[in-house]
Amino acid sequence: MNEKFSGSQEYVASQELMTTVNIAIALQKPLLIKGEPGTGKTMLAKAVSDALGKDLITWNIKSTTKAQDGLYVYDVVQRLYDSQFGGHGVDDISHYIQMGKLGEAFQSEEQVILLIDEIDKADLEFPNDLLWELDQMEFYIPETKETVKAKHRPIVIITSNAEKELPDAFLRRCIFHYIDFPDAAGMEEILRVHFPDLDQKLLDQALKAFYYVRQMPALEKKPSTSELIDWVRALQASGVPAQQITKTIPFAGVLLKKDKDLDVLKKNL
Amino acid sequence: MFIGFFFLLRKRGIHVSLNEWMSLLEGLEKGLHQSSLTGFYYLCRAVLVHDEADFDKFDQAFLEFFKDVEFTGELPEEFMNWLNHPAEDVESVRKDLEKLELPAETIEEILALIEDRLKTQHEEHDGGNKWIGTHGYTAMGNAGWHPHGVRVGGQSMYRTAQSVAGDRKYRDFRKDNTLDTRSFQQAFRTLRALSVQTDTSERELDLDGTIRDTCDNAGNLKIRMRPPRKNTIKVLMLMDSGGSMDYYARLSSMLFQAAVKSGNFKELHTYYFHNCVYDEVWSQPTLRPNDRVPTDWLLNNFGEEYRVILVGDAMMDPYELHGKRYDWRSRSFSENTGYDQLLRILKKYPHCVWLNPEPKPAHSGYWNQTYLELDNVFPMYHLSQEGIEQAMKSLMRRR
Repeated sequence: MNEKFSGSQEYVASQELMTTVNIAIALQKPLLIKGEPGTGKTMLAKAVSDALGKDLITWNIKSTTKAQDGLYVYDVVQRLYDSQFGGHGVDDISHYIQMGKLGEAFQSEEQVILLIDEIDKADLEFPNDLLWELDQMEFYIPETKETVKAKHRPIVIITSNAEKELPDAFLRRCIFHYIDFPDAAGMEEILRVHFPDLDQKLLDQALKAFYYVRQMPALEKKPSTSELIDWVRALQASGVPAQQITKTIPFAGVLLKKDKDLDVLKKNL
Repeated sequence: MFIGFFFLLRKRGIHVSLNEWMSLLEGLEKGLHQSSLTGFYYLCRAVLVHDEADFDKFDQAFLEFFKDVEFTGELPEEFMNWLNHPAEDVESVRKDLEKLELPAETIEEILALIEDRLKTQHEEHDGGNKWIGTHGYTAMGNAGWHPHGVRVGGQSMYRTAQSVAGDRKYRDFRKDNTLDTRSFQQAFRTLRALSVQTDTSERELDLDGTIRDTCDNAGNLKIRMRPPRKNTIKVLMLMDSGGSMDYYARLSSMLFQAAVKSGNFKELHTYYFHNCVYDEVWSQPTLRPNDRVPTDWLLNNFGEEYRVILVGDAMMDPYELHGKRYDWRSRSFSENTGYDQLLRILKKYPHCVWLNPEPKPAHSGYWNQTYLELDNVFPMYHLSQEGIEQAMKSLMRRR
């Protein structure tokens, strides 16, 4: 194995995560990443692509996304209109076939990283519809009688927020990893990557306050890593003295996005 | 020998299929376990387990299987063969380890040994097999590997598998665990399946239908519209507050949060009662007099399309359920007993479940008399993820 993932400059990966990524690459199976929001699931794909020097193709899944959209889209309506108004090339169906993200990844001349982001947003059957394509890395276009086969097996990374259960048959084909919410030490490392010259005292206090806020039981939405990073940026810019942070928790609006949660914080201070 | 682990996992409720097992073997063939038991642990987990809810079961099974199988007995040789398949110096490593005849020390013993040996150790030591050093094979030192090893200072390179598995830090994700909003939320999502096409004036383009119609229409565009799918679930939650429920306050509040957060309901109304639903309920869990709402009002204002979820331990003195309440304000007895009120709710709402944080009592006693009685009339489920899932499923169909 000549290609190994070992984190990147902007992304701090745990030993565990790196091992799992490398397992998935070596076994040529899709890597399924689950975890709390803000643990860097989507960022992982970017980091892997940077670390291995490969292009990243992102397929963002929405509730309306169909498996077919990822393969190719046959623009029937356009063809109909063209035929009605006598456009050119109506006979050639391949004019109206456009590759989806998966098709794009298959057709790429070099191996790419394919990120299927938030797969759980889609319909329950969605993952099942992709089984064959992800397994065999090919699909068939009946309209043009063509088979699109992956030139280089893409490295597939799939993220899920666990909104829906994923089907068993799909899960069996994936390598699975659950990203834990980082502990204080891990979080410090992450902050250090973003703020190399941050005052240690400020960092300690900010982390302390952050984990204090997180453990409050009545919160509706717990702050996550990205909110912490924004918050530290705000603290740094404003020059609030470090010892003030844990006492008053300034700019709490950056950490907590809901009015209710802010009220909870006020009561707890 | 090794296949035993496969069967143990299946026995412990992790449904490993043969395909996954083959993937694991392929991974071992490729050396993905990095010749360490810890690497092996991560490899197994990544390939065989697909849900963080199963991590804990896996940890336990792993411990059960690999806890005592050290470098004694007949397994290790085979096992080491397995693990070191691709390593260059398989033979030497294995011979070294066999020569050592490492006993299966327990952590405590090792700790004691360390102290002892630290006292006697004077020179620096690397790669040996007796003293504490780096990259050695004894149970102590840094960056060495022995399944029961203890690290002395330095950065942890590999946490030994047993200490990782032994942490059981995925315990919270077990499906039968009761304290986790995330899992509650997921359970509530079951109700999502109930979203239906509503009869509103709102219309959206039915693309597939349009294409089909247009084709049928010999290529002349014919647009078809359809009503959008909407979530129409309305939920009325009645929660027991105070008294014997204080113990479960955190659990109840998590359930409440999960219900709010999951955002799957068109409407969610929560009212609180104490012990049992009497003539009045409260709009706040603090049960202050100002927040009182008559139960009649509740029944009149919430139509039968509401799904009702009662949350409470159903444990009370039998008279609290069957006795008529004396109202100190009007100086008279109430008309209905708590039991009557509950039956009224049950009668009015065809979709109604009871979630109980208390597991069903095995033996009947004075305090759980009411539990068993209510269990008979209400579809009662345990307040855990599995229980809620079942409850939600039963909420989907009429009783």
